[in-house]
Amino acid sequence: MLTDLQSYPIRRDRLHGLMAEFETPEQLLTATERTHREGYRQIDAYSPLPVEGLAEAMGIHHNAMPAIVFVGGLLGALGGYGLQYWVSVMAYPLNIGGKPLHSWVAFIPVTFEMMVLSASIFAVVGMLALNGLPQPYHPVFNAPRFVLATNNRFFLCIEAGDPLFDPDETRQFLQSLSPRGIEEVEK
Amino acid sequence: MQESTHPDPLGRPPVIEAGHDYSTVTGKISDIVLRQSAPKAWFFGFGVGFLLLMLLNLSISWLFVKGIGVWGVNVPVAWGFAIVNFVWWIGIGHAGTLISAILLILHQSWRTSINRFAEAMTLFAVACAGMFPLLHLGRPYFFYWLFPYPSTYDVWPQFRSPLVWDVFAVSTYATVSLLFWFVGLLPDLATLRDRAISRPVKMIYGALAMGWRGSARHWHRYQMAYLLLGGLATPLVVSVHTVVSFDFAVGVVPGWHTTIFPPYFVAGAIFSGFAMVLTLVIPARKWYHLEDVITMRHLDNMAKVMLATGLIVAYGYFMELYTSWYSGNIFEMFTSWNRAFGPYGYIYWILIFCNILSPQVLWSSKARTNVPLLFVVSLIINVGMWMERFMIVVVSLHRDFVPGAWGMYVPTFWDFATFAGTIGLFLSLLFLFVRGLPMISISELRELAPVGRTAEGGE
Repeated sequence: MLTDLQSYPIRRDRLHGLMAEFETPEQLLTATERTHREGYRQIDAYSPLPVEGLAEAMGIHHNAMPAIVFVGGLLGALGGYGLQYWVSVMAYPLNIGGKPLHSWVAFIPVTFEMMVLSASIFAVVGMLALNGLPQPYHPVFNAPRFVLATNNRFFLCIEAGDPLFDPDETRQFLQSLSPRGIEEVEK
Repeated sequence: MQESTHPDPLGRPPVIEAGHDYSTVTGKISDIVLRQSAPKAWFFGFGVGFLLLMLLNLSISWLFVKGIGVWGVNVPVAWGFAIVNFVWWIGIGHAGTLISAILLILHQSWRTSINRFAEAMTLFAVACAGMFPLLHLGRPYFFYWLFPYPSTYDVWPQFRSPLVWDVFAVSTYATVSLLFWFVGLLPDLATLRDRAISRPVKMIYGALAMGWRGSARHWHRYQMAYLLLGGLATPLVVSVHTVVSFDFAVGVVPGWHTTIFPPYFVAGAIFSGFAMVLTLVIPARKWYHLEDVITMRHLDNMAKVMLATGLIVAYGYFMELYTSWYSGNIFEMFTSWNRAFGPYGYIYWILIFCNILSPQVLWSSKARTNVPLLFVVSLIINVGMWMERFMIVVVSLHRDFVPGAWGMYVPTFWDFATFAGTIGLFLSLLFLFVRGLPMISISELRELAPVGRTAEGGE
């Protein structure tokens, strides 16, 4: 089993955290659950494919995306309808065959399209913003084996900022999760 | 997620062949972009596409110099090839959204191998479609008059017109398709970044991947956002072709003014779109040796969707005939007669052969597993659906109410050149996409990999 890939120790203040490598999503899920149960909170799990229940294992139960998309859709629909009402009734009233200026039935398609457009933009921009992307630099990329996080390996990182973090004890704890290897991650 | 690990109760081929794990699917798809040189067929295909693209440049330049008189459009047929092509292209785009969005929310895991490709097809088809109404404006430099903006003229669009709805529908469709495609690409761009060899390539994919690192917190929001986008795109795709059909159905022209148009247009769009996906996927899986990822199961399923939507389209044709007869309206009845036996009658019979008769071979499972036959049927349907739009646009317009106002429409060289040119644009974009981006979603393919773990480490 691989243990230490780095031959030199990283100074404590330059340490981002300790990262354990796993081979399957199931191992990562179990390890994350145990780490969270142990009391570690500043942790993050990395996987090349979405793993069901992983975020929950880290204690994340809330997802803001549905609310954001709902607000986006609502604003889009109101904006779309409002625009058509204002244009057709107030700004530029056109009498076409005596039809009412406020022909709400005819306003439905554009209202719907604006709802979808706005909700979709909120979904994408909201997802990127909450994830802090684009992010040009992140310490985990300093770990040499982390390139495999987008290929076939699963990583769990306990960050040095965690109150329970201790270089030796945390390493021993990670070792007990029987990972494939443990790396120190430099800031 | 684990569907592929169990034997299929109906004995169908698997959605991904055995022997793949996370690293082999990653390698297989990303190496096409990063490590392999393009096959000869790529140069041929891109070359043809690029030549036709140059023809498009030429035709558009000539159009801008001379005006739309270079086309065969006239009065009464003011909507010629431009609108035929617009409806044809936008219909093709619909299959991409159907595969990526509707099959996503229905948990159809077989969509995984073809959704990226189909979404790219959607984007490029919409790009081709979007050009035609603008070129058809006559004064294309005023295209922005279509949008509501505070102008010094104090003039605003007429929101009770389907043509204005169409502007909103198509531009929303293009934007949402792009967003959906990009969000789906994000984890794969990170894979390309991490597997790229040279530094410039790494930096390009790195910038596009925006620093994606596969964090569980990110996946959590990502998956929800992706699912919601799928949920939004599903009614959107139905609405877009519905609005396109309103461009016709809200008018009073005999042959247009009918309530069957929206569902019949949507079914026709999906029908032609699946035909185009098959036309593109069958050579692509051969050239790039993707038979183990795009399996017979995919081709079989797509053929079934084509058959089902083809039957809906056939129902639409019969219903049109029935309503025109039952209406007792002489203009409606004449339009139906004129379609089959008028000067453009041959178009009608080609269409019946292509769209109603030829898909019937797909009832046979032998035909659905015969790849060359499927390819031929898909090409026939592509032609048939173009003929259908020609029939709807031109044949309805050329003889409407008063015989004194009848006319004929003869397309010119520039009509054909512009159409062929958009095929060139489509092919060029598609071949560039296949060269520069993973044509199959790697991160989703990993979920289907029959074996998750590998004994040896690394690549």
